[in-house]
Amino acid sequence: MDQNQSYQKDIESIRQLMERSVKFLSLSGLSGILSGVYALAGAAIVYEILYNPKTPFDYANQSVKEIALITQLLIIAVIVLTISLITGYALASKKAKKLGVKIWDTTSKRLIVNLAIPLVSGGAFILILLANGYFMIAAPACLVFYGLALINASQNLFDEVRYLGYCEIGLGLVCAIMPGFGLYFWAIGFGVLHIIYGALMFKKYDR
Amino acid sequence: MKNPFENLDKVMEHRVRLQIVSVLVANESYDFNALKELLDVTDGNLATHLKALEREKYISISKSFVERKPNTRYKITERGRSAFKKHLDALEELIKQQKK
Repeated sequence: MDQNQSYQKDIESIRQLMERSVKFLSLSGLSGILSGVYALAGAAIVYEILYNPKTPFDYANQSVKEIALITQLLIIAVIVLTISLITGYALASKKAKKLGVKIWDTTSKRLIVNLAIPLVSGGAFILILLANGYFMIAAPACLVFYGLALINASQNLFDEVRYLGYCEIGLGLVCAIMPGFGLYFWAIGFGVLHIIYGALMFKKYDR
Repeated sequence: MKNPFENLDKVMEHRVRLQIVSVLVANESYDFNALKELLDVTDGNLATHLKALEREKYISISKSFVERKPNTRYKITERGRSAFKKHLDALEELIKQQKK
């Protein structure tokens, strides 16, 4: 029936708009996979710096205390983060074009604000910890704050991001009770989890 | 049983108005330009429908300046929210009945 089709179209357009006006759907699963790969590469470089020439799973032979070393590690982390963000942005604008939506709209702005609140406060907190010499807690704190940021942002992203957030927080807490293994937890949290999550999302939404 | 057509909201029978209300139900607030982009309608068209919704007190308006440019934000009112829900229920009921 004609009238009936019109009602169904109404309902369909409501559903679509409600989702599109809240959720930033242009995020590509591929960017998750790639940022995971970058993180693993970064972790491998840090591993070389810290442990070489010792065997794996040894306690770090150079404990992370000297300012020069910390600066070096921070630079690697920032480079990995930057490349990941650029990749994410490039892939998202490609996907947005395909979906016929703008990448820079109310939704993406809200997403950034919701991500930034836990990330900036966490980042500042961690820098203060580092400045005061609490090196042990910095690695787990990064994971925990990152997890909180993901959960906070999940309202503007795919719902599944929430579960990634829970995993990062859990991992961060385990990391906190196992000092000295921060790098491994980072490799899992920022590398392996991103690759798994990205692959799942790619399979579900990008094909 | 009551005729479900009577439960349809006259104001929201127009698709653009229904779309505006759906966006505002899902979001805390939304501004004019963002709505225009999202719904892909003209300024005049959107303004007319917003006026109609405002007249029914389904939405509330707040005007402010952002970087010296006027910025108009819209919010759903409680009245608008319950009207939306009633309208959806009626739509659902109609579809169910006509499928029989």
